[in-house]
Amino acid sequence: MADLYGLLAEFDGPDELLKAAKAAYRAGYRKMDAFSPMPIHDLSESMGYDKHRVPTIVLICALIGACSGFGLQYWISAIDYPLNVGGRPLLSWPSFIPVTFELGVLFSAFGALIGMLILNGLPRPYHPVFNVPDFERASGDGFFFCIEAEDPQFDVSETRAFLEGLNPKKVDDVEP
Amino acid sequence: MGSSAPIKDPTMPAPVLGPGQTYTTVTQKLSAIITSRTPLGWIAAMLIAGGILQLLMLSATWLLIKGTGIWGLNIPVGWGWAIINFVWWIGIGHAGTLISAILLLMRQQWRNSINRFAEAMTIFAVMCAGMFPLLHTGRPWLAAYWLLPYPNTMSVWPQFRSPLIWDVFAVGTYFTVSLIFWYLGLIPDFATLRDKAKHKISQLIYGVLSMGWRGSAKHWFNYEMAALLLAGVSTPLVLSVHSIVSLDFSVGLIPGWHATIFPPYFVAGAVYAGFAMVLTLGLPIRYFYGLHDYITDRHLNNMGKVMLATGLIVAYGYAMEQFFAWYSASPYEGYMMQNRMHGPYASTYWSLILCNVAVPQLLWIKRVRLSPLGLFVISMFINVGMWLERFIIVVTSLHRDFMPSSWDLYHSTPWDWGLYAGTIGFFLFMMLLFIRVMPVINIFEMRQLVSNQRRAERGTAASADD
Repeated sequence: MADLYGLLAEFDGPDELLKAAKAAYRAGYRKMDAFSPMPIHDLSESMGYDKHRVPTIVLICALIGACSGFGLQYWISAIDYPLNVGGRPLLSWPSFIPVTFELGVLFSAFGALIGMLILNGLPRPYHPVFNVPDFERASGDGFFFCIEAEDPQFDVSETRAFLEGLNPKKVDDVEP
Repeated sequence: MGSSAPIKDPTMPAPVLGPGQTYTTVTQKLSAIITSRTPLGWIAAMLIAGGILQLLMLSATWLLIKGTGIWGLNIPVGWGWAIINFVWWIGIGHAGTLISAILLLMRQQWRNSINRFAEAMTIFAVMCAGMFPLLHTGRPWLAAYWLLPYPNTMSVWPQFRSPLIWDVFAVGTYFTVSLIFWYLGLIPDFATLRDKAKHKISQLIYGVLSMGWRGSAKHWFNYEMAALLLAGVSTPLVLSVHSIVSLDFSVGLIPGWHATIFPPYFVAGAVYAGFAMVLTLGLPIRYFYGLHDYITDRHLNNMGKVMLATGLIVAYGYAMEQFFAWYSASPYEGYMMQNRMHGPYASTYWSLILCNVAVPQLLWIKRVRLSPLGLFVISMFINVGMWLERFIIVVTSLHRDFMPSSWDLYHSTPWDWGLYAGTIGFFLFMMLLFIRVMPVINIFEMRQLVSNQRRAERGTAASADD
């Protein structure tokens, strides 16, 4: 079924959505996603997406930031422009700590934002689910669950019957 | 963001959300502030703020033409209003980060409805703060090589052993991280506005800003972790920024500056000033836009308590300054304190004690903490008091130099006043603009509160059935 992205079911609230996601995962579906106007605890984990990658990105960025901050100060103060201030050592590392810290924080903040966007595949202005007219309520008061046609177990009539069985408000086709 | 623990808790006296809210009403009410017609009151306020903003343009232009000689700066008081205002504005910014980061880590649900505009306040306050040191250089277009390490043809680098350069990095990082944190929180709300906007152009702008956010569970999963980590790095950051600002003073040998209590005392003062400004702005916004269901009595009560606590730390700082002056047995420190209390600036010092120590004691009374008018008046006193504190620190310590032959007083000029008032105009102008185009309360976190509230209600209903 190349002319269909998937099936989108709308549910009443966060608990119903969570129940649907769990049921679909139990039934063997893997290519699916849930859409909600606010974060719902355990929702993504219940669909098997439960590995945190943002912390690793942030840690790497923090280390790069701190090392480059310290390196910059060391190179400037001890190598490129050595300035003897009252006979103190050129590598006066305690006075380099504030800038090292600040750059570590700066880089990790960029890491958190950009890492989150990359992992989420954003910015992405177009997405098939936006074709469903009611989907604009996913940013307000709508709770949606989508099973994608790419899923090996996907079958239009069977999957539709499965979604209908979860007691949704309604089920829509998603154009690609 | 944060916990999904139910709100029902015996330690929480009042709800953080008014009764009868649903996902739909929360979304409608908060996005209607932006999508509805421009209120006349907003235009009037914008005209006033824009008028004051012109003072900034005028004062800054004249400064660039004539140089810093138009200010009251002179020897011995070489650091005047520019530094006072810089520290004042930076301090005001701190409440925003405190509310959005530290209270998030402490899982304080009441922060949700005030964090957005407190963060906006942080960003605009840091912008105002940044203008002062830049303009204080007299020639800001040269400030690039004084402040930032970049390879220039003179082969000159900044001195990294100086707190002044630490300040550049601290404030620069603080501004950038605050902006990132603010934007991260806005992405889901921009998506809501994209879907609510009626006009093609606003749909396009909000659509671009929302980056195609569609509220996928996987998005939220990474989003919540990113927000948590940003809160984690912002917390030490906000503590470091005002500590480093205080080192500008305490690394110097001037009596009244050279004290180890400065970093914590400055941080407490910053939070104190920041909460006062949150109330100064939040109470009118709450009143004019009818946001009583979102900024409830509980918020007022809690903010009053935070102000009282930080105010007491600040009072302790004042007491310790007195103690050091006596205990150090240094004649210069002792004279500085004598002069502060009885010298030419005695009236400023006692006004400071009145504004920052005496008046806020009213916050012990619960009725005052619950009264918007009472809180507004007290927060005004604190805004003034915190400015006076920086005036006292900068001017009284400098005007009596070590040699009596170089003693002098500081005489502020209209340009000092003009630039200071101008930044207040800029700040109000930006806040008004922000209220009009961005959600002043975090919408998706309000929906989360609705969800928690429902779950809590169901929980009690179920236990009642048993």
